[in-house]
Amino acid sequence: MTLADYKYADMIHRCFRCGYCKFPVNWMDVNSCPAYARFRMETYSCGGRLWLTRAWLSDEIEWTEHLAQILYTCTACKNCEEKCPLSFNVDILNMIVAAKAEMVERGLVPSAVKEFLENIERHGNPYGTARARRGEWTEGSEIEQYQGQEFLYYVGCVGSYDTRAQETARTLGRVLTRSGVSFGVLGSEENCDGNEVNTLGEEALFEMLAEDNVRKFKELGVTRVVALSPHSYNAMKNEYPRFDGTFTSFHYTQLLRDLIIGEKLDVSGGFSASVTYHDPCFLGRWNGEYEAPRRVLRSIPGVELVEMEKNRAGALCCGGGGGNFYTDFLGGSESSPARTRVREASATGASVLAVACPNCMTMLEDAVKAEGLEDSLAVKDVAEIVAAACGTA
Amino acid sequence: MDSIYDSLVEIVGSEHVSTQPEELYIYSFDLGTTEPHRPDYAVAPRTTGEIQQIVRLANREKVPVVPLGGGLSLAGLAVPLKGGIALDLKRMDTIIEVNERARYAVVECGVSQGQLTSYLERRHPRLMHSEPGAPPQATIAGNVAIHGQGDLAQPYGFNSDMVNGLEVVLPTGEVCRFGSCSISPYWYTQHPLPDVGLFLGWAGTTGIITRVSIKLFPCKEILGAGQFVVEDEELIPELVHRITHTEMAHDLVAFSQAIPPFSSGLHHLTISLSADSEKELDFKMELIFDDTLGEYIRRGDGGFLGFTRGQQRPQVSKTSDWRKGGGFEYVGSIMPVETYPECYRRGREISERHDIPYTVLGRVIGMSHAMMFSWTYAFNRADPETVRQAREALHESDDLVLELGGTIWKPGVYGQKLVMERMDPNTLNLMKKVKQLLDPNGIMNPGNWEVGR
Repeated sequence: MTLADYKYADMIHRCFRCGYCKFPVNWMDVNSCPAYARFRMETYSCGGRLWLTRAWLSDEIEWTEHLAQILYTCTACKNCEEKCPLSFNVDILNMIVAAKAEMVERGLVPSAVKEFLENIERHGNPYGTARARRGEWTEGSEIEQYQGQEFLYYVGCVGSYDTRAQETARTLGRVLTRSGVSFGVLGSEENCDGNEVNTLGEEALFEMLAEDNVRKFKELGVTRVVALSPHSYNAMKNEYPRFDGTFTSFHYTQLLRDLIIGEKLDVSGGFSASVTYHDPCFLGRWNGEYEAPRRVLRSIPGVELVEMEKNRAGALCCGGGGGNFYTDFLGGSESSPARTRVREASATGASVLAVACPNCMTMLEDAVKAEGLEDSLAVKDVAEIVAAACGTA
Repeated sequence: MDSIYDSLVEIVGSEHVSTQPEELYIYSFDLGTTEPHRPDYAVAPRTTGEIQQIVRLANREKVPVVPLGGGLSLAGLAVPLKGGIALDLKRMDTIIEVNERARYAVVECGVSQGQLTSYLERRHPRLMHSEPGAPPQATIAGNVAIHGQGDLAQPYGFNSDMVNGLEVVLPTGEVCRFGSCSISPYWYTQHPLPDVGLFLGWAGTTGIITRVSIKLFPCKEILGAGQFVVEDEELIPELVHRITHTEMAHDLVAFSQAIPPFSSGLHHLTISLSADSEKELDFKMELIFDDTLGEYIRRGDGGFLGFTRGQQRPQVSKTSDWRKGGGFEYVGSIMPVETYPECYRRGREISERHDIPYTVLGRVIGMSHAMMFSWTYAFNRADPETVRQAREALHESDDLVLELGGTIWKPGVYGQKLVMERMDPNTLNLMKKVKQLLDPNGIMNPGNWEVGR
């Protein structure tokens, strides 16, 4: 493909590289693009990626592994969209995803990305673990297979396979059971939601996954989905409708909020701690949901909710989006976004860093260890805090 | 193996040095019309000590060093014209001190305008600094180094007039402090000696500023701006003179532009005010809009368009997308205020000759002592012909500045040559001596202010 054939050929040159995209909402630093914060070279800023993409597509520079890595360090966190003041800001992330798609098309992605995509194609998850083992996380729990219950509880790849995230998935299952919610899971029948595949630019594989999931959900008569992961929630809410996925999607914090307000979930047992909440990008900036998790936390007696300076639309990404929780292009440094984020959390004085995303959980828990903060800061999912408050922990 | 690369890696770590084509491509560009030139290395140091080592290395190897802040001068001042090391200073981003009582801030060279504005708003809400109209990624140090000016220019002058002290890595590698910080823990004044002017306006050819102390000013509870409009450009110098006499405004900007068409040819005065109470605001508004401008309204020579409370800080600019082309550049100049009408008329002619919608702006510096007058030319980055037209218009504007008796603010290479051609020979010779004394190997940002060796 040449620049002329590129979907955003009439737009990509409009990036001036003014640098707004690096700032958080409150302008406090230039470190809110996770890739730029990690490497601090202009190439890793959103503007740098756009200029490089244009240069590559117009043959000013050649493809290199380094170029591919620069593009794939983008976590699709949308901080750039939040801050860019220009009228094309809604498409700046799309321009990068389209460049990734061209690399996919030409077979020029970094090896870690290739492995990630191949694993999903073959096994339905990025880890390369057998599909048959996807439901093992439910063993020993009372969680039922989906058989027409009110909600399909969709767990996603990380919740299904990552040991720490499996704990969260089971905990949420107990909370839902305690609340009397009628739900079931797909277990080994569940497939990847494809959200990361989409942001990595593998359009064909994403379409296949989305069509497969929509078909399966229809066959089972699913009308309501509650997702553990904001990534799954995003794909199902915003992308699946174009594949005729007409069910209603919820992130689990939205359901817990409604259960608490409707007095179907008793959290009076409380949870005594100072808690700071980390907004996941695919719940916050992608879907504008900032209040549901906070409403849940505020409703729990004993929780003292303190905000990090970067919060809501200004929150710093944990660095795990765009497949980076697996490819780890942003790891290995004290400037890694997850480590920066746990330092920000620690600075609030909170003893608990609450998350609402299994990707954030794994990224931030590792970062707490890397920063040596295990004795002062515990990473807990909102579902785990709720479970403690309602006696199902 | 490249021994310079190895040495740089030893100094700053492998993640902060690059010879990869992607970094060399990006750091070859200015955001304006200047032709790109590739550096040989892109380096992002974190400390003054690292910069010191890099400069010593560059002297040994006779390699150019080109310091870069926000990269927003638009005049090509950080383009590595002769290759060498592109030194991205933005990792040095610590706000070291804010002295509330003495009203100053000491910052590292990579601290951005937006970062300081946000910091003061959150931690010292009664203080503000003079913030330029550039995007907030522009750095404090970069801005003072090019004699920038901001939204407190009318009462307090250029941002470079607000410098209390500097820490500089000299071209030969020594670290020097200038101002009170050279003899005291306080960075409260640039006095007594030597002069910080050795490093301001030289586009990084005399050293690398690593720390700067700048003055802060009272930030009042209410910020806002009134708009006054006239049709006759000849009235602007008179209006500026009268408004500045009241000493009530904290920023005063006159502008005219072709877009939107209904206001083309009109001249707007944005008069910014601040106050701690309604009483103070009423008093200031009465002095300016009733007592000073009232007679122009009554005569039908001007109109008051209203006063808007609240002021966006940092300012957000969309100028680059005027032509949906991602590019613009301007010639900035320091002009006598009385030249506003001619600056406007001649600038408009240049724009129309090059088929570019005109945009001119004059920000008043001090009590009408000068104005920073700019002619802005938008271009489409994807259309080389519009880039060429803009470049020609810029050069014509550079010529115009000198013809009208002004000086070019932060001139690019073309403008630098024009200035040096007209410069008093003894002054030029002094510049040459200063450069030779400070930078005997000619490593600092070569190609800029080339006075001959």
